[in-house]
Amino acid sequence: MENLRYIDDVSTLVLDQDKCIGCGLCTEVCPHNVFELQNGKAEIVDFNACMECGACVNNCPSNALEVSPGVG
Amino acid sequence: MKESTGVSIMPTMNDTQTCCGVEPKNVLADYEKPGYTLCSFIENFIPTDIGPIPKIKTKMEKKDIKATILVRTGIGRDNYKIAPGLYGIGSPDKTSEVLVTANFKLTFDHLRRELNNINAWILVLDTRGVNVWCAAGKGTFSTKELVKRIKLSSLEKVVDHKRVILPQLGATGITAREVKKESGFRVVYGPVRAKDIPLFLENNRKADKKMRMVTFDFIERLILTPVELNVVLKPAIITTVILFLLSGFGPDIFSFSNAIQRGVILIPALFVGIFAGAVFTPAMLPYIPFKKFAAKGIISGSAFAILFLLSLSSIPGTAAYISLFLFVMAISSNLSMNFTGATPFTSPSGVEKEMKQFIPVQVISILLSTGLWIYSAF
Ligand code: SF4
Ligand code: SF4
Repeated sequence: MENLRYIDDVSTLVLDQDKCIGCGLCTEVCPHNVFELQNGKAEIVDFNACMECGACVNNCPSNALEVSPGVG
Repeated sequence: MKESTGVSIMPTMNDTQTCCGVEPKNVLADYEKPGYTLCSFIENFIPTDIGPIPKIKTKMEKKDIKATILVRTGIGRDNYKIAPGLYGIGSPDKTSEVLVTANFKLTFDHLRRELNNINAWILVLDTRGVNVWCAAGKGTFSTKELVKRIKLSSLEKVVDHKRVILPQLGATGITAREVKKESGFRVVYGPVRAKDIPLFLENNRKADKKMRMVTFDFIERLILTPVELNVVLKPAIITTVILFLLSGFGPDIFSFSNAIQRGVILIPALFVGIFAGAVFTPAMLPYIPFKKFAAKGIISGSAFAILFLLSLSSIPGTAAYISLFLFVMAISSNLSMNFTGATPFTSPSGVEKEMKQFIPVQVISILLSTGLWIYSAF
């Protein structure tokens, strides 16, 4: 997948680290390894790989994630 | 309530009888029901507290492989599904894992093929015969359906634990905590690919980074092209007819012989454009410059247009040349852009951005091409 990248700076993914409880579920469900857990919080490490599938948003237990494809 | 799985309604009774003399041995005779026929992928039934559960074969049969080819080529795409509900594989018991999947037969076949020597329960959701990834996006592989299927199949009486393993790509349609709240079962996300399931189970249900990443290699891309081609078939035929009519315009206002004479160049041009956009771009995706698919399509379309023009024996004139070039390029660009819908890495926001940018380019190219084509006849 490393050689297949889509357009940069378009994803609507937003992470609110204040709400994050560090459960790690987003790192499990994301098919593009967008997140990593660092010091007990999720961190976006590969923003441009996000395809806005919403898997992380649906499963985050603390509403720390948001994605809104088709808006803007 | 228990569902009947592993059987499908038999539409006709016209099978010819071949055995009369010796009484054939039929281990599954007890499970036959009038009006139903046993599915060929069921090898036996497993007795459980809630009654017999169909046991799936892990080996694909000729029939399955033949059907797979038909579906992949887009001939038998619709309705290739199996009955949703609970199945077993190997010799599962109350401690065995429950693997959740979609009821698209190809997805199901793919899964069972990888589960040799594994004892597990397979909970098939009703996704209307669509694969996990697409069904999760469409909302049929959903929290609601999973909860419903867990209840309908009385899963809590089949296993002692409270855990279901879902394919990771189903996560888009599932909210794990809601499943837990409504069914009592905890969702564990398994690997993206079925072939990693045995290792995942061996490692105490832990997937490594590689198992969690989607891939989109050459073969995976190529498998999708027949379906892409199938989709363009109808518009292509309509376009061909329009092209013939357009080719008839000329000094004599409209002539049929003109239509035939000039139209025959346009038809191969159309197919060159389709090939460039719906086969070449998808197959060669990572090797074509630019990130936007429409731009990739312009590159591959231009390359094929030049090759095509060079291969023409008679020279139709500059205007016609440019017209043909624009025509091939625009088709390729548009079809390449369409391919974004089939990939597992393009974001809707990105697709929207490139559509806004490139649809005007494609439309202007086609209009210019049409104008030049008519002009070139005079
Ligand atoms: S929306 Fe999908 S691709 Fe983007 S970060 Fe979330 S899980 Fe990963
Ligand atoms: S799923 Fe939500 S709470 Fe859990 S680590 Fe990710 S962002 Fe934090």
